[in-house]
Amino acid sequence: MSFREEHELHKRRFGRNLGLGLVLAGFVALVFGMTIAKVSNEDFAVPKIEQGAD
Amino acid sequence: MSDASLNTASPVSHTQEGEAGFGDFFALLKPRVMTLVVFTALVGLLAAPVGVHPVIGFAAILFIAVGGGASGALNMWWESDIDALMKRTQKRPIPAGKVTRDEAFAFGITLAVMSVVMLWLATNALAAGILAFTIFFYVVIYTIGLKRWTPQNIVIGGAAGAFPPMIGWAAATGTVSLESVLMFALIFMWTPPHFWALALFMRGDYDTAGVPMLTVTHGRRATRVHILVYTVLLAALAIGAAFTGIGGPVYLAVAVVFNALFLRDAIAIWRRDEDQAEADNYRVEKRAFRLSLWYLFAHFTAILAEAALSGLGLGGWT
Repeated sequence: MSFREEHELHKRRFGRNLGLGLVLAGFVALVFGMTIAKVSNEDFAVPKIEQGAD
Repeated sequence: MSDASLNTASPVSHTQEGEAGFGDFFALLKPRVMTLVVFTALVGLLAAPVGVHPVIGFAAILFIAVGGGASGALNMWWESDIDALMKRTQKRPIPAGKVTRDEAFAFGITLAVMSVVMLWLATNALAAGILAFTIFFYVVIYTIGLKRWTPQNIVIGGAAGAFPPMIGWAAATGTVSLESVLMFALIFMWTPPHFWALALFMRGDYDTAGVPMLTVTHGRRATRVHILVYTVLLAALAIGAAFTGIGGPVYLAVAVVFNALFLRDAIAIWRRDEDQAEADNYRVEKRAFRLSLWYLFAHFTAILAEAALSGLGLGGWT
């Protein structure tokens, strides 16, 4: 069995997929960081749950 | 909207969908324009009198940059026909055959929506609203609507590029104020002389593409007069801003020096005719264009310096 040489197209696709993966990972990290920053804010308060009239 | 009239004979039709590389999509965002967006938005954010959490500030600048990039991608989607005709733009991803027009459109729209929603979640509705308006203004009003119809296209397009510091300021404060309007006005007034200087020595490109640049519709003499008029108005605005909340002695010193230099070049451009310009290969026009880049950078750096000094109790006139 012989290995075929990787086509330039496959390299390009790999580069695109890797780039997209890194961007998505960065986006998740950023949203997590934003959440921590927002809940750490002194003004942050968990909204009160309104009690229903039952 | 119909795009049937566009791009019928460009290399785009031969592009295979789905084969563009990561760098090709990044190029659609106009990275060089994005650096100006990032820098001016950052100055707007940091010059604001309200502090922002570093992570929120970073997110705000990133989403403003992505929104600017999305505008660039949608601009390239619409203009791929004329981009294929101009030397300066022939290597862009669509005319180069690397990205299809449909891919560019989908990419631009997705990023535009995402950037506005994320800026809203990260900061506030006003900042997100101005970003949404900026994208709409640049893509629909300027690119699709007016660019190919009026020689004032540069003036109108300049407004879109002037919004980022206002968005940065709104992200921090949740308001629009005199200071943020002044930063907007500074870029708005700077754009025409900057681009008209470029149009004077990049002759031919816009003629080929049929874009009604002032140099083509009203002639090069009228363009030289316009550059001088806008530069005089810009100088008055830029120096006047020194006496507002974003100004101070440091800003004033920078503004006086750079406006004197820019005015000197604008007067020289006004006094020259085409024979003189061609004789020295547009030396003065090229010098004015290069100076205009430093001009904007210097003014916004000075605004940033005044904000930093006021943090130490030294900024402004007090």
